[in-house]
Amino acid sequence: MRLTPLSPVPPRVSRSLVLGIAAALALSTAAVAAEGSTKRHPPKAEEFSFEGPFGTYDRGALQRGFQVYKEVCAACHSLNLVAFRNLTQPGGPEFTEAQGRALAAAVKVHAEPNDMGETTDDKGEPLMRPAVLSDHFPAPYANENAARASNSGALPPDLSLIVKARMGGPQYLYSLLTGFHEKAPAGFKVADGKYYNPYFDGWTIGMPPPLANNGVTYSDGTKATIEQQAHDVTTFLAWAAEPKMEDRKRMGFGVIIFLVAFAGVLFAAYRKVWKDAH
Amino acid sequence: MSGPSTYNPTSGIEKWLDQRLPLPRLMHDTMSSFPTPRNLNIWYTFGGILTFCLGVQIVTGIVLAMHYVASADLAFNSVEAIMRDVNYGWLIRYVHANGASMFFLAVYIHMFRGLYYGSYKAPRELIWIIGVLIYLLMMMTAFFGYVLPWGQMSFWGATVITNLFSSIPVVGHDIAIWLWGDFAVGEATLNRFFSLHYLLPFIIAAVVGLHIWALHVPGNNNPLGIDVKSPQDTVPFHPYYTVKDAFYLILFVILFAGFVFFSPDFFGNPDNYIPANPLVTPPDIVPEWYLLPFYAMLRSVPQKLLGVIVMGAAIVTLVFIPWLDTSRVRSCRFRPLMKQFFWAFVVVCVVLGYCGHQAVDAEVAGVPLVWVARIATLYYFAYFWLIMPIVGLIETPKKLPASIAQSVLGDKAAPAE
Repeated sequence: MRLTPLSPVPPRVSRSLVLGIAAALALSTAAVAAEGSTKRHPPKAEEFSFEGPFGTYDRGALQRGFQVYKEVCAACHSLNLVAFRNLTQPGGPEFTEAQGRALAAAVKVHAEPNDMGETTDDKGEPLMRPAVLSDHFPAPYANENAARASNSGALPPDLSLIVKARMGGPQYLYSLLTGFHEKAPAGFKVADGKYYNPYFDGWTIGMPPPLANNGVTYSDGTKATIEQQAHDVTTFLAWAAEPKMEDRKRMGFGVIIFLVAFAGVLFAAYRKVWKDAH
Repeated sequence: MSGPSTYNPTSGIEKWLDQRLPLPRLMHDTMSSFPTPRNLNIWYTFGGILTFCLGVQIVTGIVLAMHYVASADLAFNSVEAIMRDVNYGWLIRYVHANGASMFFLAVYIHMFRGLYYGSYKAPRELIWIIGVLIYLLMMMTAFFGYVLPWGQMSFWGATVITNLFSSIPVVGHDIAIWLWGDFAVGEATLNRFFSLHYLLPFIIAAVVGLHIWALHVPGNNNPLGIDVKSPQDTVPFHPYYTVKDAFYLILFVILFAGFVFFSPDFFGNPDNYIPANPLVTPPDIVPEWYLLPFYAMLRSVPQKLLGVIVMGAAIVTLVFIPWLDTSRVRSCRFRPLMKQFFWAFVVVCVVLGYCGHQAVDAEVAGVPLVWVARIATLYYFAYFWLIMPIVGLIETPKKLPASIAQSVLGDKAAPAE
């Protein structure tokens, strides 16, 4: 079941204007690039369900995005600030508690010391146990050195806040994930072990193209194109960065409505008090 | 104008208190019966709004401090724990973070209002000077607070600002080390900044007390800039100004809530969601928006020490305004020439803020912004040190109205004595 159709929304003047400006900017950036600047291209104008004052996260996209993170990104990127319990909380992917427990149990985390106070087994391997809801997602590497050693010196950043930590937010991330197939301009050298991506500063990135068509199999029947996966995982990571967004907007409406009504009452009082004073 | 007290204790407890600790009398005289010019406009509601802002920052800040951990290793994640796991922690933190911006928005309006209506002129010089002191304390508090989440911009902002002191000849480097408590910004710096960030708001509250005390001796200035001449010129503070201030305060809170609930990271920098890393310098280190004009001045001077002096002088200059303005008339409403220089000054401040936000080598239509910032900086200083004294002497002000009452009520007013 797809909750957010990815087919382009009917073109609107404002959107085509934005695209036109973006295209013009991209052209001018490309022109500058010829002279040696490799400033990243402005991101694509992808639209997300969670934008705008009424926007909420698309549950389907969140659940699919979690699958993409788990099966693709988690191989190299940690998500240290998210716990399995968060997957079942309102305003998030809203897996049922049973689903959440099952998702956690499928992942092994370091166990607490056993009755003997040991943290390793008799072969010296760390003791592991299935994760429970209260556990945070385990990181793929033991530490920064291990992460760099496995990625030809590059450090895959933690993704917990990535959508809020980059100028351009979700559009930036979506463009980066779908930007690998673009051709490098003639004469642009891509170093060994690096990949061309014009949406990244410097135009070369250490991350190999992470997504492939049908790289994951969605259980809801959604076709797993690169664009669909990028859209879904961006939605998931936007939630990971701002898990209380739906609470926030809902409370915001109550607060604004109250304040406007209160302002009305005060205005009436103000007019009455001042009626004879000026 | 504060005049004799009109308080009349009625109940037994009030009479008992009045002979021992006359708090009810103080409250009555300063917040209820206080005679206030009847012609104060919307721009005079920002004093009350600022008091509200200070209260909001102190209350939300105390709650945040209950959950925050001032440690280089734990600070960033403790802020995220507030955002994710503390009940309504996201609300409290977003109110506090946006509250700082709202506080500065209000203080800038308040200061421009004071400049326009000549509220710094005799007998209100001390109100203005105490206000400049509050503004300076606010900037320090905001800077310390911005360091606490220990993101990239926190760390590098702290590094840039503390390094300014190292430009002082001979002792500069030792001063920087003394400020850091280490040989670089680190654990010790974070801890002392947290301590000072908690301390300064209470000092601000005390100085605000002085500001209001000093205000209650000569009483409010007003948009006409003329003195109160008869009781007809004033209305009691309550209910007239309590209700008016409350109405405009709520309008301000609607704007505030709009940011908190619908665009909470509007004033923030994405880099501050990256944990501090002393080994990676962000490409552009930008201060918060309310400090950008001063940052533009600093960068427009090619020599570091001179830049720091210019930036410091921009703030110190404000202290001398009461004596730099030579005009006999307070309000720019009656100063056709000064009014134009004033609005140019407002534009110049915005331009300086814009320049401070752009990269140091940025250009607009082929004009290097550093030159725009230089000219704007010159105007900033010329406005106070040349334009204010000279225009005050050569300008012919428009005719002032006979009294506030006559201006507001027209013929209904009895002739002023």
